[in-house]
Amino acid sequence: MADFKINHREGEGVSVIELKGYLDAHTAPELETAFQRLLNDKKFNIIVNCRDLAYISSAGLGVFMAYIEDVRKNKGDIKLTNMSAKVYNVFDLLGFPLLYEIYKEEKEALTKFKTIQRA
Amino acid sequence: MASGSTIVTKTILSRTDHLSEVRAFVSEAASAFGFLDEDIANISLAVDEACTNIIKHAYQNAPDKEIEISVIHNKKNFEIRIVDFGRRFNPQELKAPDLRRNLAHHRRGGLGVYLMKRLMDKVEYNFMPGRHNEVRLIKYLQKNQPAVRR
Repeated sequence: MADFKINHREGEGVSVIELKGYLDAHTAPELETAFQRLLNDKKFNIIVNCRDLAYISSAGLGVFMAYIEDVRKNKGDIKLTNMSAKVYNVFDLLGFPLLYEIYKEEKEALTKFKTIQRA
Repeated sequence: MASGSTIVTKTILSRTDHLSEVRAFVSEAASAFGFLDEDIANISLAVDEACTNIIKHAYQNAPDKEIEISVIHNKKNFEIRIVDFGRRFNPQELKAPDLRRNLAHHRRGGLGVYLMKRLMDKVEYNFMPGRHNEVRLIKYLQKNQPAVRR
């Protein structure tokens, strides 16, 4: 069975979700639950750190699509960071870099959120 | 089928918890065949997408139906043939999904089929009424000179 884990951290007005393992049609519902929980708690500044994400299929990408509009309507964003080249390639093939902010490092995404909060 | 082809087959039940098993099976075959990591990853993702579509659309998430995955290869191409016995799944026209419009309408469909087309050299759907549905995912060994055309 695919191994997938989500770790959730809170700090400085930003929620960080760390993904680990294999995100496919079987494990995508776990990510949906994590996003739903953040939205219920009115946490709209979200960083998804993909450092330990080994694999993603379109079922995983679909979860990001499902929540981005609601998050942005509430003046937040989902920013993606620390992707391996293999995982980035899948996002890239589907055109995600046009619509999502993707950073090499988590701290870049944090800085971006802070800049917006100060403005 | 061309003579001299080698075939390995695996049958799974239509449940998403079997997807990792399918990826391992296909990756092993592609690796044994001599593909490098990037191609192995692409082939395995394309097969995951095809099986996910069968589970969701052809079998409508019924967990006890069969999916047969065969890897067929010869000197000219590497093919994965995936057979199901469910509803005919008619993929929408294989053009790039409009991500902006999909977002606005909270739609997620079409991504898997589009990915399969991008990851493989050829994707073909065959429907045999009363028998089965079949998806063929093909990688040519010499990309610019497809060896087999029908």
